[in-house]
Amino acid sequence: MPNAETAKLLHAFAALADLGEEIAATRDFEQMVRSTLHVVLGALGLRRGAVAEYDAASSAFTFVAAWGMGDDAPSELKFDARQLDEALREAGEPSRYFERRIRSSFRAEFESWQIAIVSPLVVREELVGVILLGGKATEEAFTSDEREVVGTMARHIGVGIHNHRLLREIETRAEENRKLYEDLRSVYRNTVRAFAAAIDCKDKYTQGHSERVGKYSEWIAREMGWDEVSVEEIAIGGYLHDVGKLVVERDIINAPYRIDAKQSSELNRHPAAGFEILAPLHDTEATIPIVAKYHHERVDGRGYPEGLAGDKIPLCAKIVNVADSFDAMTTDRTYKRRKEFPEVVEDFRKSTGKQFAPQPVVALCRALLKELDGETRERRFTRLLGKDYLQKETCRPLLLSLLEELEAGERAAVGSI
Amino acid sequence: MAEQAGEQPVRSERTGDVAVVYASDYLTKLSGERVERECRRRLEEGCRALVVDFSQTGLVNSIAVSILLGVIDAANRAKAPLVFANVKDQAKQIFELLGLTRHVKLARDQQDALDMIADSNAVGFATNTKAASD
Repeated sequence: MPNAETAKLLHAFAALADLGEEIAATRDFEQMVRSTLHVVLGALGLRRGAVAEYDAASSAFTFVAAWGMGDDAPSELKFDARQLDEALREAGEPSRYFERRIRSSFRAEFESWQIAIVSPLVVREELVGVILLGGKATEEAFTSDEREVVGTMARHIGVGIHNHRLLREIETRAEENRKLYEDLRSVYRNTVRAFAAAIDCKDKYTQGHSERVGKYSEWIAREMGWDEVSVEEIAIGGYLHDVGKLVVERDIINAPYRIDAKQSSELNRHPAAGFEILAPLHDTEATIPIVAKYHHERVDGRGYPEGLAGDKIPLCAKIVNVADSFDAMTTDRTYKRRKEFPEVVEDFRKSTGKQFAPQPVVALCRALLKELDGETRERRFTRLLGKDYLQKETCRPLLLSLLEELEAGERAAVGSI
Repeated sequence: MAEQAGEQPVRSERTGDVAVVYASDYLTKLSGERVERECRRRLEEGCRALVVDFSQTGLVNSIAVSILLGVIDAANRAKAPLVFANVKDQAKQIFELLGLTRHVKLARDQQDALDMIADSNAVGFATNTKAASD
């Protein structure tokens, strides 16, 4: 059996191990401080104690934890550590110096609170807090070993508080960065929308076209289960898909008649021109320039600019192709009025597998059905198409029939592989 | 103080004017503060003596010692006799070493604790009368 002093030291060493665990445990700051206070009090059998954090900005100790203090538990003590820097450098060991200054500043308070030990928490000469300890339950005086134990524990707690402060600072900075990033994204989105509006200004009959294509593309991609980052990219791709029209003569775009072959060839330059404009701003493999380049390709290979077919056409371009055509069919143009919804469905029926890839058409149908069935709170299609355009009684059966047909086609295609 | 969400309530029961609070294994962590709160709650509701039962308590560490010193403090402030019952040897050694036994009596078991409190004449109660339990 060890003698009493050795047994006490063994208990204190065990407490030191507990202290490390409590400081390292991932929980909130107050709980960490509270636990460590218990460890110190329990290590030496002390009847009361408190831990305060020091805030240089407000020149005050704020008490984070107190135990056994009853109604004496303080909340704050004003203490200006900044004025002490000069003296601190001359005094040598910071802990001793701070202890003397804190004791002399609060002599009356410590006496009434029955504080026996004042141990400043100092990390790299910076005061981060103080631990105040009452007398022992044995009512004996503190031995030098016990004072040493308190000093060691105070250093650990000081580091714990310092680390939590750093963590809080990092969290604050991370939050600031997140807000900044959100602001930048918002500026980016608004810039893109403004740019889309500028593109559409060239064509008096397609005002709002780019924004609508962006929105339809976004809804189709989301219906296809794309993640939010990809959905946002394709939305921007939709907004900017016609950016190449900026290099096409306004007269050709606004021609109030069907344009001739030469004019058509001029107009058909816009996908490649759009790619040239957007590629320097993004990776050439990125969705946005790819969408601009390939949104007029057809799955049967009869599109432009490259005449790509089937799987050679990037899916993002297939989506914007459907969104672009849907908007062209459902808005008035220079030389023709918009189609009624049954005609739109019929066009999709005829052209899917030729002009359009089936998956985005299926996704568009499902998104429309969800709105008709009231599964979405927002009536987003209705807002763009007008409230009388989508009539549930007529539109729903048409969409269901087209979906059934397209899904049967998909199943047959999978079965034939 | 109300129990925090997700915390198991501390088991305690009342025998006449004496509250028996079970320390369980909560004591070794911060959650052990619930034991002290339960003791204070019992004192505030009118109990005039406390027994803390350690029959379901394993090892006692520094956090447990600190919390028990809080229990001692609460009992002292209420001038209520306090007895620890069913204390295991490891815990007993620590309590003696750190001076807890200067402020609290140790009993073999709960009945022994109730007898000690009755003998002390600090409060008048019938040891075998269970007035309430929760």
